[in-house]
Parts: sequence; structure tokens; C-alpha cells
Amino acid sequence: MTSQADQQIAVGFTINGQRHDLDVSVRRTLAEVIREEVGLTGTHLGCEHGVCGACTVALDGRPVRSCLMLAIQADGASITTIEGLATDGVLHPVQQGMHDSHGFQCAFCAPGFLITAACMLESNPTPTREQIREELSGNLCRCTGYHSIIDGVETAVRLMQSGNESAGGEHA
Amino acid sequence: MKLPPFEYHRPSSIDEAVQLLADLDGEAKVLAGGQSLLPVMALRIGAPPHLIDIGNIAGLDAITANASGVIIGCLVRQAEAEEHTALAEHAPLVAKALPNIGHRAIRNRGTVCGSLAHADPAAELPAVCLALDATLVARSVRGERLIPAADFFVGFLDTALGDDELLTEVRFPAWGRRRGAGFAELSRRHGDYAIVGVAATVSLDDAGAVDHVALAFTGVAATPVRSEAAEQQLIGTAPTSQSFAAAARTAASAIDPPSDLHGSVSYRRHLAGVLAARALGEATRSIR
Repeated sequence: MTSQADQQIAVGFTINGQRHDLDVSVRRTLAEVIREEVGLTGTHLGCEHGVCGACTVALDGRPVRSCLMLAIQADGASITTIEGLATDGVLHPVQQGMHDSHGFQCAFCAPGFLITAACMLESNPTPTREQIREELSGNLCRCTGYHSIIDGVETAVRLMQSGNESAGGEHA
Repeated sequence: MKLPPFEYHRPSSIDEAVQLLADLDGEAKVLAGGQSLLPVMALRIGAPPHLIDIGNIAGLDAITANASGVIIGCLVRQAEAEEHTALAEHAPLVAKALPNIGHRAIRNRGTVCGSLAHADPAAELPAVCLALDATLVARSVRGERLIPAADFFVGFLDTALGDDELLTEVRFPAWGRRRGAGFAELSRRHGDYAIVGVAATVSLDDAGAVDHVALAFTGVAATPVRSEAAEQQLIGTAPTSQSFAAAARTAASAIDPPSDLHGSVSYRRHLAGVLAARALGEATRSIR
């Protein structure tokens, strides 16, 4: 802690459909508040300066780095984290596609990739492989070499086209 | 907690914001999108004692784009500018450069004016402003000041903005007829900072000769660099790949780029020539 107590400010936002009203320190990042105060630890912190993309959340439907925002800048926003992708126990197509294609290895980076991919498919449900590569270029993975992750998004596109049934272990 | 401590201010008007800047006398940084400022703070490169968050000030998030030019307010995010169809029509060089900035998640928060005020030597928009003779509008308690782009970028992460000044908007002049835009850069991955980047415009007269050209580089010095010798060389000539290659060589020989693990001086100089010829060609082909 510093010599003086940190300034606290009231902030209110919705995370995965649930309203949260908190008093937070002005220097808390959105990522820190999501993880440590709201308790949703699915949002991962890697580099904490905007390079790795692990902390990506959807802010009013757009992917943003939650480590590069003060929590108080999210006042009034609607936020989706990795915990909000599945509905009633049914995986989001991008989660199912990644599962079916064995997209990840250690999966530390997964929350950022999945949110980024889900946002992309919201605005462009039929991306080319090149478009997928470009959209995911801001997310780092140190295990896979990326091809399996891009395969997973392509599997998700097919799942969405064929009516969101599981691809049943198909390998892309 | 990752960030160093600071006192937070959330003014609700420009007047209130510039009064704070004056009162805090160099101890404050302005927070808009935060995509450059927060990494600086996270890495402890900087620890400003005060942050002035302008995010709640009404009227700063407008884009005006028509035949007399384009005005981008200081809360316009890069992604919003990128998606603006009239901006693409009236400031095509800006539109071509925008997708090269960071990644979509960065552009969704980062502002156009924030990138200019931060003035990273490898950023795209400073070179675009220089090429287009943009005007930067600064407000302070002393009043409003118009700063030509040629005077704005003064050094590494340094601009002509005073400690008490807020960059409120950037203005791009009217595009004009028979003018095309080209932007070319090389980076390690899409969205990374450019190793070298080039912004170019070419205008043709009715006889098809070059009557105006602008060529500006990023990533080759502490500030963006305009290549006037190469521009002069092209005026009045036919726009051919040979003349562009010759002008690109002139431009490349005049720059003094840095050397780092991404590229040596000679590699960057070579790259600057290749990309300049490419950007000039793209600009000419895009003339309607």
C-alpha cells in the first residue's frame, strides 16, 4: 500500500447478466476487479500490459483488454467473461468447436481466445481462415503454434451453420 | 494492484478539464482510451500523480466528414473511425492506416487523438497527420491553439502540447479530386508496431502528371519523417513505377533509421525504399 489510502469510487456494471455495484480503488484494473472482487477467475492475467490478450473480455459486445482499463471506466457497461459464454450448461459453439478440435493445450490463454472468437463470430459468422488469423493476432498462445486454435474456430463456424449440434469428436 | 497510485479526476466539461490541467501544473496525464497510458503505468515507465479522465465529457466523440475535410474529436475510438464510411471517403489515407493499429481489442478502446498525443515513433497516425498536413487543436485556460502537424511531433513520445493543454480534435483538410492514398508497413505480426511504415498520397493533374505528392515514414526516427526531396522529384512527372522507385531511393537515402533486434539500419533503409515505392503505387492506382 501507499502512504495514503487509495481513493475509492462507486462503479456499477453488469457481468454475464448480473448487476454488480461496488466501491473500488481508482487504480484497480477491470481485470483485477473481475477476478478479485467479483470472484470470476476465468479471466486470466498474463502480461498485464496489453500484449498477450489473455484478459480479453467483451465490453458492450466488443473485445477489450480488461488489464488496460480502470474498473471505474467500465461504469454502466455490460461485460461478458468466459464464465458467461455457455448457457444453461450448453457450451458456446466456439467452446464446443475448440473442444472438438483439441484447440488448446495448457489453455491459460483460452479465455481471451474464446471471447475474441465469439465476438468475431457475432459480427462475421462466416470468416475466412485469413480473417480468423487476423482477428486472433492479438492473442498469444505459447503451446500450440495456433493452427489447432484456428481449426477450432473453423469447427465452431461449421457447428453454427449445422445448427449448433456437437461435431462429436470430429477432427478438423 | 498493478498500477502505481494516482489521484483520479473526472471532469464533466472541457473547461473543467483544462482548469484541472492548469491547476495540477504538469503533474497530470489525460486518460481517454488508456491503451498507451495504462501500459506505461503498468510497466512503471511513468507514474503520473494525477489522472484526468475525459471519458465523461459530452461532445468529444464526433466524427465530421464531408467535402471540406474530416474532423475527429478526442474521444473517437480508432475502431469507430475505422467503421465510419464517410471518413473512408473523405480521408482515405486515415482509413487505410487505421486497421494497422494494434489489434481490434486495442482499437476498440484506443482513441485517434490519444495515439497522436502519445506520439510513439512507430505509430501509424502521426505519419498520416504529417502526410496530410493535418491540424491539431489544443485547448487550455489560455484559449484554443491550432498546431500544424509539421510542428506537433517534436521528439520521442514528445509533442508541442503544453502541460496545460488538451488535444481536443484533429482536422484533416479537404481531400481534393484525382488524389489517391497508399499505406504500407512491415511488422512482425499483424498489429505489432511497424518496423517501417509509409503513408503516401498522389494527386494527378488533368494531363495525368503528378501535381502533388506526400510521403511520410514511421518507425525510422524519433518522430515521423516527411520526405520533401522525394516529393519534389515527382512533381510534374508521369506516375510510373520507375519514377516511384527513383523517388523511393531518394527518400530512403535521406533517412537515418535506428537499429534494433528487429532490423539493422541498412535493412530498415532498404525496407523504407521498398515500402515507399509500394505505397506510391497503391496511391496512384486508387485514384478515381
